[in-house]
Amino acid sequence: MTHTAGTFLFSLFFLCLASSVEYVESSQPASLAAEDISTNSNGPKQDSLFDDDPEDLFAEATEEVSLDSPERDVLLSDGPSPAITPITPPTSVITPLAKYTKCIFFPVIEEEEGGDSFDIHISVSDPEKVGEYMTSISLFKRNEFAVKRRFSDFLGLHSKLASKYLHIGYIVPPAPEKSIVGMTKVKVGKEDQSSNEFVEKRRSALERYLMRTVKHPILLKDPDVLQFLESSELPRAVSTQALSSAGLLRMVNKAADAVNKMTIKMNESDAWFEEKQQHFENLDVQLRKLHTSVESLVCHRKELSVNTAQFAKSAAMLGNSEDHTALSRALSQLAEVEEKIDQLHQDQANADFYLFSELLGDYVRLLTAVKGVFDHRMKTWQKWQDSQMLLQKKREAEAKLQFTNKPDKLQQAKDEIKELEGKVQQGERDFEQISKTIRKEVSRFEKERVKDFKTIIIKYLESLVQTQQQLIKYWEAFLPEAKAIS
Amino acid sequence: MSLEPGLSQQTISVVQEQTKSKKSFNVDLQTDAMLQVDISDALSERDKVKFTVHTKSTLPNFKQNEFSVVRQHEEFIWLHDSFVENEEYAGYIIPPAPPRPDFDASREKLQKLGEGEGSMTKEEFTKMKQELEAEYLAIFKKTVAMHEVFLCRVAAHPVLRKDLNFHVFLEYNQDLSVRGKNKKEKLEDFFKNVVKSADGVLVAGVKDVDDFFEHEKTFLLEYHNRVKDASAKSDRMIRSHKNAADDINRIASSLYTLGTQDSTDLCKYEQMLSLNLTWSCLHKIEARIAADEDLKLADLLKYYLRESQAAKDLLYRRSRALVDYENANKALDKARAKNRDVLQAETSQQLCCHKFEKISESAKQELIDFKTRRVAAFRKNLVELAELELKHAKGNLQLLQGCLGILKGNT
Repeated sequence: MTHTAGTFLFSLFFLCLASSVEYVESSQPASLAAEDISTNSNGPKQDSLFDDDPEDLFAEATEEVSLDSPERDVLLSDGPSPAITPITPPTSVITPLAKYTKCIFFPVIEEEEGGDSFDIHISVSDPEKVGEYMTSISLFKRNEFAVKRRFSDFLGLHSKLASKYLHIGYIVPPAPEKSIVGMTKVKVGKEDQSSNEFVEKRRSALERYLMRTVKHPILLKDPDVLQFLESSELPRAVSTQALSSAGLLRMVNKAADAVNKMTIKMNESDAWFEEKQQHFENLDVQLRKLHTSVESLVCHRKELSVNTAQFAKSAAMLGNSEDHTALSRALSQLAEVEEKIDQLHQDQANADFYLFSELLGDYVRLLTAVKGVFDHRMKTWQKWQDSQMLLQKKREAEAKLQFTNKPDKLQQAKDEIKELEGKVQQGERDFEQISKTIRKEVSRFEKERVKDFKTIIIKYLESLVQTQQQLIKYWEAFLPEAKAIS
Repeated sequence: MSLEPGLSQQTISVVQEQTKSKKSFNVDLQTDAMLQVDISDALSERDKVKFTVHTKSTLPNFKQNEFSVVRQHEEFIWLHDSFVENEEYAGYIIPPAPPRPDFDASREKLQKLGEGEGSMTKEEFTKMKQELEAEYLAIFKKTVAMHEVFLCRVAAHPVLRKDLNFHVFLEYNQDLSVRGKNKKEKLEDFFKNVVKSADGVLVAGVKDVDDFFEHEKTFLLEYHNRVKDASAKSDRMIRSHKNAADDINRIASSLYTLGTQDSTDLCKYEQMLSLNLTWSCLHKIEARIAADEDLKLADLLKYYLRESQAAKDLLYRRSRALVDYENANKALDKARAKNRDVLQAETSQQLCCHKFEKISESAKQELIDFKTRRVAAFRKNLVELAELELKHAKGNLQLLQGCLGILKGNT
């Protein structure tokens, strides 16, 4: 039963996401609604869970499952309400300028079935998932819920997970970066295209971050993660502020690590690790290059859209001044077509960005985490070697002590040696453990990467298909007009 | 009797016309077809382009029926300027001169590519080189087409085709020794243009009695400005399109490298490869769309920018002649009042009158022809543009759907 319940956990979110979309009021911020609709355009009967995240960030925060009264407004957390607030009841304020993005699990709004809201007809194609959630289900108090979380909470979660798991070889997904400029704009209450885009970008980045985190079988079981997902109040994560002392300390530590890395010379006995490290280095370079190209493409497409719009206006003017009526009409039609095409370009640019560019950015950051894990392995090895060397020294010292007549010192040395031997053994075990973990993690990472890319690429191509189909429609409508010029 | 030299010339030419017209009754239609000019070949050298102008003609004034000469851009400009400066052709729209062949941008890019050869992979390099070569070729074809259009327009014009300079241009198989204008001459030209535009403003203020010309004046002015604007905007749009296409090319080569690196996992490799194919094709298609838009839309607009300028010039010349005529009238009245130099004033007035009427007559027909030509050209190009866009979109669609099929089926 837990087995099936496991499918419910995530399918539920998925389904309720789909149904919630139909209920989205017009007062919802258009950008967000559009995003929701687009991700769910394939309908609820989809088995892929990768692209639909269970955590829709803009729903009302509730804890109880409420089957009767679905509320779908976005709530602001504490703080002064932003300057622009659509007219809504005072408790629920919808705004894309939410200062703090929320992580919210949608309450189930089951329209299809009458009674049992847990009777979902979605098949999860990935058996792994089901298996992994088997045990986790019992850890959740309820099956679906929504909580409010601030951006700093996400960062806090990440730092906790990183401190717990990175050094033993688990690839912890990195959290989205802080952006002081973007955040300030939003805080100031500036309502313009760029701050809307910023909020949307952040929202989708947080979505992806959480999805990656919970997809990791070990991380999902972590109590911090569970607490994050479940509890209504989280202690405020102070140490994640960008310019705090903790932040500075982190930066100093990072620098120290970098220096250390250069000094460690590891005798790599396992060719697999060397090969993989090289592979990830290359991958990093390639992905960064690809990312830059895609960003440039997004930029140029936006430019193209602007220029097309301008041309459309100009063509309309030309059509106006043309005194041959049929030609004039055709030119105006051309202007209209170009205007529609400009909108297409704009949409395409958005698709380029949200699908491709952001994914690449995520992977560039993920690779840093992967490299970090390899570095930790090196550090573990170093520790092991250090304790081994120390043991050696102590043994030599003990041997020397044998010839002196200091029984208590000898005993002390023997104790120390025993302790060190234990340490060395532990060090070796740690090293083996981290190596094993890394192997598993890397293979998991690679599989995920391929899957991710494939999914995104398919989605992207589908968006391109749509664009082409639209283009065909527009030009087919225009052709007779052009031919009608006598 | 002492005929005024001008008048006697006219009578002579009239006589010539009459004799010719007797012959030309049956030959005229054939002469229309029997002056075919085209550019059969072109060679691009370091800093100039050599066009091979090929003529087929049954006109009696040519020594052979078919012949070719090699001409350079300066010689085309010389021909154009000789038309403009010829008073006889004041009443016609002079076909606009072809723009100078400009390979600088393309050459610069090729050079940059050569310098940056070390920094990119072999595949990238060959791909980019191919791209740039294709661009160079496209520019080259365009400039050849522009020059050819100019010659064809001249050959099709009933009066201009008989121009002596034109025949020399077509036939004289040695260098015309037309040097480009030196600095002094260019400066003179510049001043001439300034004076002309100032004069144009003055003259434009003169209200025309003829409704047709008044309408044409206002129409052409507005039209010319709008075509200029549309031409500039279309250029920008196409440039952005080309930039996006370049990005897609870079992405394609990155994906290819990524795919080949990952050769350990065959499935990944295939996926990357098919993706790379998609990207390269998309790139080709996007680049081709940009090139087609370029040809159909931008070139059309640019050409009509120049033509509408030529039409404006015609109207200017007519207005100038009108002003001269009116001034001559006034001078005549003054002379009659003072009873001095009356004969001189009379003759100059008659000259002006004659000139003005001649221009007006031919101008009307020219402007009507201009409109017909314009409408036909726009129609042709717009239809072709729409058809090409459709073809590309459909091709794209097929390609994408094929790729999606491969990717989805390949789990």
